[in-house]
Amino acid sequence: MAAHPLRGAAAIVGLGITPQGRVYGRTPLGFAVDAIQLALEDAGLERSDLDGLLLNPGLAWNDLGMGSFQLQQAMGLRDLRLSAAMHLGGATACAMIQHATQAIAAGMCQTVACVFSDAPLKPPAPQGERTSSASAYGFARGWEQAYGYFGVNAMYALVARRHMHRYGTTQDHLGAVAVAQRRWANRNAQAQMHAEPLALDDYHRARWIVEPLRLFDCCLVSNGGLAVIVTGSERARNLRKPAVYIWGMGQGHLGGDPADTLTSGAVLAREPAFRMAGVRVQDLDLAELYDCYTFTVIVSLEDYGFCAKGEGGPFVAEQVTGPDGRLAINTGGGQLSSFYMWGMTPVSEAVIQVRGEGGRRQVPRHDLALVSGNGGVFSTHSTLVLSRHAS
Amino acid sequence: MTAAAKPLPQITPEMAPFWEAARRHELVVQRCRGCGEFRFPARDLCSRCLSREAEWVPVSGRGVIFSYVVMHQVYHPGFADQVPYAVVVVQLEEGARMLSNLLDCPVQDIRVDMPVEVVFEEVTPEVTLPKFRPRTPPGF
Repeated sequence: MAAHPLRGAAAIVGLGITPQGRVYGRTPLGFAVDAIQLALEDAGLERSDLDGLLLNPGLAWNDLGMGSFQLQQAMGLRDLRLSAAMHLGGATACAMIQHATQAIAAGMCQTVACVFSDAPLKPPAPQGERTSSASAYGFARGWEQAYGYFGVNAMYALVARRHMHRYGTTQDHLGAVAVAQRRWANRNAQAQMHAEPLALDDYHRARWIVEPLRLFDCCLVSNGGLAVIVTGSERARNLRKPAVYIWGMGQGHLGGDPADTLTSGAVLAREPAFRMAGVRVQDLDLAELYDCYTFTVIVSLEDYGFCAKGEGGPFVAEQVTGPDGRLAINTGGGQLSSFYMWGMTPVSEAVIQVRGEGGRRQVPRHDLALVSGNGGVFSTHSTLVLSRHAS
Repeated sequence: MTAAAKPLPQITPEMAPFWEAARRHELVVQRCRGCGEFRFPARDLCSRCLSREAEWVPVSGRGVIFSYVVMHQVYHPGFADQVPYAVVVVQLEEGARMLSNLLDCPVQDIRVDMPVEVVFEEVTPEVTLPKFRPRTPPGF
């Protein structure tokens, strides 16, 4: 069978990660500019080399729909041939890279910056005054506030409860994901939780956020920016860092109520992505799975076929996904333990691993990586298969 | 110092008939005139048949717990002395699912599929909240 014409047509050639976490004094737009500059430097490219700009504005952007133009003006970019602000939540990062790849393959443009940034955390108030630090994610809809239903945590918790009811997933299963990823983060000096060990007992002792989710079931909230540069594979070969080739792409947006399906859009996205890449799930060396919650990882492992549907809980409880396990999953600590840049967190870790820049957390075989993005409450989904090789 | 008041529901024109019925201690749900599907909350369009014609019909107020969470964080000062409290999704017999609270049941005793029935909590002279309580299963 002939290879897919877009397989390996483009590559990620630059990665820029600003300081992450409780970093204050910079606007979301400022973080985006910083991230793109870092990514250009990483690639050995100049600002003038960019002719495409894709932006995923985080919550603090309050984007009115022209965010990529604002960003273009802020950093003085001229003569772009591709520009868009994209809004698929945590699925946006992979989707931006997909659109960049398509546009490059179509000859519309040559070199595209894809960036996410946000600054939802406010500096601590003076004199111990209370602030609503992470409340950007604590919103309520219309009438639901009268019933005390607030926040994204609760929305996921409702779905997690159904999964526990239907498949017998337990608190120990959720905790196993948190523990495995923390062990990866302990090997990643850039992770916000790098210096904090976490055992299953610690997980159970931590406070409830929204039952059935405890503190360490929920991702971090981070200020910061993260950008990648995508260009055609010809040009990619001659740049500063090893190219990370885009082999497979897919999206899946199920619609309906995720509490009914208990699945992510990976069930739709995986087939075109794997077919384009010409790989099977067992060929992958590592997977960076979107992990807004421990529960999301369990569902994603099921939906990509690492285990059967409903068996994600017992699967992770066998400790297969930690640094000593047979599956390298979320090898930087993920959003649970490293930093929360929506879908850019898993993208960035895949780039680091495929390049072989993982240091103490580097996996020995890193030819082929899976990246997933998930937005809303299992509302949107995107998939990338990345390779160290052009073909 | 008096405890902060809980937030009241934002009563939109679309949902006004629901809240008016609740004041009369009646539970009504919007039903599509095109395909007969019950839906909650109210919308101006049926996502199944795309009809814009809909009516409000009384329902039994009986259902089962479809899912539930227990809130431990205080997102609004009105709930500061309530935590931990449960938010439940009730699968009504007629089909729609409704987000609400469960009364008369300790949070540790809540179970998925538990039979429940509606009760009405008068919050202000203008606002009554439909809530739910455990129901003795038929045959008991």
